[in-house]
Amino acid sequence: MRIGIVTFPGSLDDVDAVRAVRIAGGEPLRLWHGDESVHGVDAVILPGGFSYGDYLRCGAIARFSPIMAEIIRLAGPPDAASPGLPVLGICNGFQVLCESHLLPGALVRNDSRTFVCRDQRLRIERTDTVWTNGYAPDEEIVVPLKNGEGGFVADRATLDRLDGEGRVVARYLELNPNGSYRDIAGVSNAAGTVVGLMPHPEHAVEPLFGPDHDAQGRSGSTDGLRFFTSVLQGALSV
Amino acid sequence: MGRVVVDVMPKPEILDPQGKAVAGALARLGFTEFAAARQGKRFELEVAGEVTPEVVARAREAALTLLANPVIEDVVGVAAAPEV
Repeated sequence: MRIGIVTFPGSLDDVDAVRAVRIAGGEPLRLWHGDESVHGVDAVILPGGFSYGDYLRCGAIARFSPIMAEIIRLAGPPDAASPGLPVLGICNGFQVLCESHLLPGALVRNDSRTFVCRDQRLRIERTDTVWTNGYAPDEEIVVPLKNGEGGFVADRATLDRLDGEGRVVARYLELNPNGSYRDIAGVSNAAGTVVGLMPHPEHAVEPLFGPDHDAQGRSGSTDGLRFFTSVLQGALSV
Repeated sequence: MGRVVVDVMPKPEILDPQGKAVAGALARLGFTEFAAARQGKRFELEVAGEVTPEVVARAREAALTLLANPVIEDVVGVAAAPEV
């Protein structure tokens, strides 16, 4: 399985996503924002970072990249029942997915007006997606979170629809770090192929390099790894 | 050379943390008569010739496509810049 990871100008966590795919046992392929082709990859990851310096709005300019035109075409509209190209958008990637209208809603500045960097507990609420089928329903995980504009917002009708259709992929537990409505940390399209997630699973895939396991700072958590092994189970591709 | 001014504001129902920060700072500076503040964006788009209705229409299209995110923002003004 080949997983494409896009680099936009200002992407930060693309190399970490490449590493996570490799650790998971997949074959990563780096994709350039100016390229119009995804070169036949089975799935795409839009990584975290600060594409175009977050100028205008986070992800607002990256959303019009040549490669996004192709990804939008292959992924299909968010309410389509039939599956298109699987896409995982992490942090800035989630912002790009919302700006692209591949996912509903938008991400706005944290309500605390601070940049929050913390190990964040999440509940994985939708496990029938390409990216989360390796988790148990309502499993709790801890992965790093680092964002200044991570507040997920949408109108009441959209929020009710996401809740009603089981399209909320992950919710914040213990503490809402950014004011996201209904504690939403991640959402999906109807088919479960496109997932946007604010926290960073790619930073919790290797012992010693993830969230602290105990007070001594020993790290054993690889809670994020299954985002990258799930997709290797056989993506619902075009 | 003409200019079109586009004004974008966050939708009223959207939380505006920047506006709250501004309002708090105003109060701390003694501007206590201002109960609230909301912060938007102003864009100035330059064209080579004069600003015709067609130019304004294109600016509105640009505003709805790129300058504003219709999920969270309203385009509250698109007009030729006043002659200085």
